[in-house]
Amino acid sequence: MQRDYPGGPRPTDVYFFATCLVDLFCPEAGMDAIQLLEREGIRVHFPENQTCCGQPAYTSGYADEARAVAKVQLDLFPNDWPVIVPSGSCGGMIRHHYPKLFAEDAALKAKADSLSERVFELTEFFVKVLKVNWKGSGATKKVALHTSCSARREMGTHLHARQLLAELGNVELLNHSHESECCGFGGTFAVRQPDISAAMAGDKADALKETGAEQFLSADGGCLMNIDGTLEKRRDSFRGQHLASFLWHNTERKGEKA
Amino acid sequence: MSTPQTTHHIQFVSGNEFKRRAAGIVADPFLKKSFRGAMDFLMMKRAAQFPDPELLERQRDLAEHIRRYSLSKLPELLEQLETNLKKNGVQVHWAETPDEANAIILDICRRHDTKLMVKGKSMVSEEVELNHAMDAAGIEALESDMGEYIVQLAGEKPSHIIMPAIHKTKQQIAELFAAKVPGVSYTEDVDALIQIGRDVLRKKFMEAEVGLSGVNFAVAETGTICLVENEGNGRMCTTVPDVHIAITGIEKVVEKLEHVVPLYGLLTRSATGQAITTYFNVITGPRKSGEKDGPKEMHLVLVDNGRTQAFADEQLRQTLQCIRCGACMNHCPVYTRIGGHAYGTTYPGPIGKIVSPHMMGLGATHVLPGASTLCGACGEVCPVKIPIPDLLIRLREEATHEAKPGHAPLFGQGAGKTAFASFAFKGFAFLYSRPALYRLFTWAATRFRALTPGNQAGWTKTRTPLTPAKKSLRDLLAERNKH
Repeated sequence: MQRDYPGGPRPTDVYFFATCLVDLFCPEAGMDAIQLLEREGIRVHFPENQTCCGQPAYTSGYADEARAVAKVQLDLFPNDWPVIVPSGSCGGMIRHHYPKLFAEDAALKAKADSLSERVFELTEFFVKVLKVNWKGSGATKKVALHTSCSARREMGTHLHARQLLAELGNVELLNHSHESECCGFGGTFAVRQPDISAAMAGDKADALKETGAEQFLSADGGCLMNIDGTLEKRRDSFRGQHLASFLWHNTERKGEKA
Repeated sequence: MSTPQTTHHIQFVSGNEFKRRAAGIVADPFLKKSFRGAMDFLMMKRAAQFPDPELLERQRDLAEHIRRYSLSKLPELLEQLETNLKKNGVQVHWAETPDEANAIILDICRRHDTKLMVKGKSMVSEEVELNHAMDAAGIEALESDMGEYIVQLAGEKPSHIIMPAIHKTKQQIAELFAAKVPGVSYTEDVDALIQIGRDVLRKKFMEAEVGLSGVNFAVAETGTICLVENEGNGRMCTTVPDVHIAITGIEKVVEKLEHVVPLYGLLTRSATGQAITTYFNVITGPRKSGEKDGPKEMHLVLVDNGRTQAFADEQLRQTLQCIRCGACMNHCPVYTRIGGHAYGTTYPGPIGKIVSPHMMGLGATHVLPGASTLCGACGEVCPVKIPIPDLLIRLREEATHEAKPGHAPLFGQGAGKTAFASFAFKGFAFLYSRPALYRLFTWAATRFRALTPGNQAGWTKTRTPLTPAKKSLRDLLAERNKH
């Protein structure tokens, strides 16, 4: 999990890999993430041919199908720029599983290795590479935070969102019980074992709400849809937001109207 | 030892039955609270033993290394173990299947005209369903570990590999004892309950002709077996009866006595949050001439039951690193929700999902590797660093596909393959490997979002439907670039 971050000057250009969930189901989170990057003076490149990292097939045991999808993504990032992913699990897929997926083809393996080296989860990139220090705008807000299991255990980036929120200075982060526990999404698991998944999602929603926070945040589209969809079905006013959107709407914008 | 083809009758839970059981359990608020409380307690106990994460990492690295090293030399170590056990006067038996293991043990019991066998805790004896075999032969096999005793009295199976009766409350045990133990009246006093069990068992230790135990570590170089326990019943079973039979899986062997120490330290801390157990038995043979106690005869039964199948594959071999601490189940959000019985396997929880397919075949178990969110909590706490999520994905693949060319099929290979899933993932690959088609798809999905089905299989039972946004991210970006 330990990773050496590039030193030297800040990157001037990055690729943005939105993920299929953000593209189709929470595009505003992707837009906000892009705007946060651009606000740091970075040119954000969005390869038009991106689709999905292939994770749904990979984790279901359909490696050939995952490879077919992943192979398309390998060609999207020709320049040696960082690749930013606003989702821990998709980032983990590219960083840890692409090299395994292409282990038997030297040319593709080289591409997968190169990509793996320069893929960053969004909050990881903000904290470890850009070393941002954003200040919050507006009144103090109480929030709870759910970190995806992949961000926590595969990408080791669970502390980065905390750091970003702490630096804002006007956010009170309330800890929920069983914080490191999975929300029960698990991709196709949610459909294959709906009752267990629902029990886990329900418990996570309860725990986040019980903090007394005004809203909860997550930097992972899958978790967000799972927990927020559960709360919406309950017609609960307590709801979630992608961390990127929260950061975009609650940070000072130099030279802009807040 | 070849591919495991057992004639042993395999009892298992079908995929639908697993779902049905799980649904029933998660709907029960009493069970929910009780499982959650028990697992919270065990997680807290473990965490208190590992205050320094860097030290823990070093310890896990060492333990993983020892287990991998041992497995790399498994055939040699087993031969060395057999040689040295024989030198120490221990009779060694090899069992490829549960039936063979039971027949060996039954044969020993018959030679000693056994009416009663007292048993220390042994998951391998559960795996081969030894109690059934003994029962069918008219021999009483009595569990002497308190948790196992409770489970046996209730006519149930263990729901956890370390704490077999963790699913039972004090009140349920009080009722059980009052109903099943002669001359006992209802009490919820835990000390009194334990004393009741001890009184029953104490007499039985003296009467039993045979004592059976499991094995935590078998040391090849010295011909020693090590037994980790807290109640002293293991020591009674291995020293009081005239005959001691130990039963273990072939993977438990290590080369040297010094290899046991780091593993033992992690085992007890990971399992129950103890720095050391009350008893640690190091057994190197039966009573020698001139000695005043100990069994007159000692046997070790080494059981394969599918382990050689896991051994044969470099990745799946990691399954055999397990030292049976149970930390993976204590930290598993699925196990915490459904308890051990829902799985229908001897070994529940994450380790059960990766080891049971080798023992029972994928035909009986193909649903289990899929019943995980791959959250990684199991792999994170595993003291010997088994990459459980990776192995779950591998077994999902084996369960839904034919064996790859040049690879021997696993027991039950492809048993979970369905036309629907194959079609769905082919469709997924077709769509998402064609960027232009994918763009057309998102274009249509956003424009016709009103047509999104309101009923999305299991998803919408407790969640609102997944509905595409009005505009996809690429639409939003295209619009912005126009301005």
